Amino acid sequence: MPTTAPNAAHALADVTASDGTLRRFLHGLPGVDAVGLEARAASLGTRSIKTTAKAYAIDLAISMVDLTTLEGADTPGKVRALGAKAVHPDPTDPATPSTAAVCVYPDMVATAKAAVAGSSVKVASVATAFPAGRAPLTVKLADVREAVAAGADEIDMVIDRGAFLAGHFMKVYDEIVAVREACGTEARLKVIFETGELSTYDNIRRASWLGMLAGADFIKTSTGKVAVNATPANTLLMLEAVRDFRAQTGIQVGVKPAGGIRTSKDAIKFLVLVNETAGEDWLDNHWFRFGASSLLNDLLMQRQKLATGRYSGPDYVTVD
Amino acid sequence: MASAFAYAPAPESRSVVDIAPSYGLFIDGEFTEAADGKVFKTVSPATEEVLSEIAQAGEADVDRAVAAARKAFEKWSALPGSERAKYLFRIARIIQERSRELAVLETLDNGKPIKETRDADLPLVAAHFFYYAGWADKLEHAGFGANPRPLGVAGQVIPWNFPLLMLAWKIAPALATGNTVVLKPAETTPLSALFFADICRQAGLPKGVVNILPGYGDTGAALVAHPDVNKVAFTGSTAVGKEIARTVAGTRKKLTLELGGKGANIVFDDAPIDQAVEGIVNGIFFNQGQVCCAGSRLLVQESIHDELLDSLKRRLSTLRLGDPLDKNTDIGAINSAEQLSRITTLVEQGEAEGAERWSPACEIPSSGYWFAPTLFTNVTQAHRIARDEIFGPVLSVLTFRTPDEAVAKANNTPYGLSAGIWTEKGSRILAVANKLRAGVVWSNTFNKFDPTSPFGGYKESGFGREGGRHGLEAYLDV
Repeated sequence: MPTTAPNAAHALADVTASDGTLRRFLHGLPGVDAVGLEARAASLGTRSIKTTAKAYAIDLAISMVDLTTLEGADTPGKVRALGAKAVHPDPTDPATPSTAAVCVYPDMVATAKAAVAGSSVKVASVATAFPAGRAPLTVKLADVREAVAAGADEIDMVIDRGAFLAGHFMKVYDEIVAVREACGTEARLKVIFETGELSTYDNIRRASWLGMLAGADFIKTSTGKVAVNATPANTLLMLEAVRDFRAQTGIQVGVKPAGGIRTSKDAIKFLVLVNETAGEDWLDNHWFRFGASSLLNDLLMQRQKLATGRYSGPDYVTVD
Repeated sequence: MASAFAYAPAPESRSVVDIAPSYGLFIDGEFTEAADGKVFKTVSPATEEVLSEIAQAGEADVDRAVAAARKAFEKWSALPGSERAKYLFRIARIIQERSRELAVLETLDNGKPIKETRDADLPLVAAHFFYYAGWADKLEHAGFGANPRPLGVAGQVIPWNFPLLMLAWKIAPALATGNTVVLKPAETTPLSALFFADICRQAGLPKGVVNILPGYGDTGAALVAHPDVNKVAFTGSTAVGKEIARTVAGTRKKLTLELGGKGANIVFDDAPIDQAVEGIVNGIFFNQGQVCCAGSRLLVQESIHDELLDSLKRRLSTLRLGDPLDKNTDIGAINSAEQLSRITTLVEQGEAEGAERWSPACEIPSSGYWFAPTLFTNVTQAHRIARDEIFGPVLSVLTFRTPDEAVAKANNTPYGLSAGIWTEKGSRILAVANKLRAGVVWSNTFNKFDPTSPFGGYKESGFGREGGRHGLEAYLDV
């Protein structure tokens, strides 16, 4: 399996030589037919995942959750509760896998780190003036460095959508590279495009390649803070991008849909997209994540239902 | 596809449909045996299991059915359009209510995946009846004069690839315009037409307005030759279509033919590649390629040939072939042993002529009629697989250099039913579409159907249009 490398010399390295070459490359990517893309995503949504396949998918989905709290009202108590839940999502069944990570604001990283200590659960921190990203670069980089210093294993940055929409691709690229550098060698970098603000599928494809060229370990749909977040279609498009990027450069990049995925049924549809688009190399929480909060409880209820044959109800999973 | 994420079997329940051990002919509102007592068996192509025994109509039965239709015509054509519409709306609603049952039935008898009967065939069947129900009381506004009259008795012969949908294409406009019908379903797929007969009774349709005569080619020949038939509508092979044209020549019968095709799917270098790949797959593997308007010739611009073929092969490797009743099946069974052998012969010929054959690794079930999705590269216009309609899951890949060459190659066929254009450039879509001699031209999609859109061919793909306002003309005395 190919491993991630920082933006090393690969087949596409010269694409970022100048603003002009980068623009020509991004505009030279094949267009996206919106009707066709959405039809394909909908058709994969009709896959019927039952019995053993469902059990596999639910456990895999649980293991891929970045259990998230990104509220102004977050407190150490709330973050500790979330950490405990990430480690043992279902206290009645120790065989339940842990989630991939907890995802918090930078000032909560140390608390989260302590809460998941000794487990496999990673701590992800949003940074770079999340969610708007409207701050000077120096502030954004300081934000990232603080989070990494506090022990963040993963940084979820937002791109400068204003710069992207104004056509300043090199500015977006340079910023990602700088954040990548600030992450050091330890932290993995997820690059959030805020697909709802980029608005067109052509833009999402360009942003995906831009992020990967700049050294993203993950490309991520959205912040969860705008009207349109992860959809099957935009995630399918990003899965095509990581698949094609690996074919051209040998570098594998992960995908994280975030926001709006609330039910097991939805999550399983996304896993079908992964399976039939990027392929099974991505069926692992090192390469695919769900940015979600309420999804986990639905996965747990479905998991209990599969095991016992009946629905238990919301009092049999923990509230956070 | 070997994956950690292996989909468990997800079969649709067979118990929603109750298939009787035998069925009669449907004449004058009653199920009846054939005059000569002949029967034939219909099998499930996926398992070769016998599903039912069907009465086989002979000449005497054709006489009876045409007489019943003639008798019913007087009252049916005299009904106000709004009254005929009520029956059609009722039929459409019953089809929707029974769509799960009919989808399973069609999948059993035809071999196509339940995904298709459930998501394509049945919704389109109901939509077709709804659409023509809406025309029944508006015929004077259809552009065929102030008071367009029906023709009389329509003799209709339909194929096995979309049994119920082809029935809907034939019966809905015929009844809306005030004709009565005698319809012969294909010998390998008679069941859904017989269930439709039951729906006609459920809807309270007057006796004799719809008559269903299962049988082989000779039944169809007797029907189209019958002197009291006013209108002949046929969908099927070009060879049989020519025979029918000869039979009907010199009579006053009105004729429409919807025949074979060798559709070109043209992919330009600025196409949306991922969606083009989906369109190519849908164009040739929908219903195992047993579609008259299938995109069986892929014309790809030479500059993106290798890249596109890589993507296409990768995509083909994810197709799931197997039990048609499994909701995750993409490729079902070939409809009959006869069709399978025809496909096999043409494919062997393609290999012998030097084209390069490729199929993804896929397990073929041990019983039933199956053919793996297949594509041929290094195909030229001179190969038989680029000229003959294969009517199976077999794609011939050809290349072109310029738009003019693409158009020339696309039109270089005796057929002219369908074509597809893939490019992000709108002006090119319009320019190329204007030059293609094909009845249907899709742009950045393929095999999209809608009752409001006329469908039909150029050249040896037939004449007349079905669907839309244009579809009314075939059943009106204009």
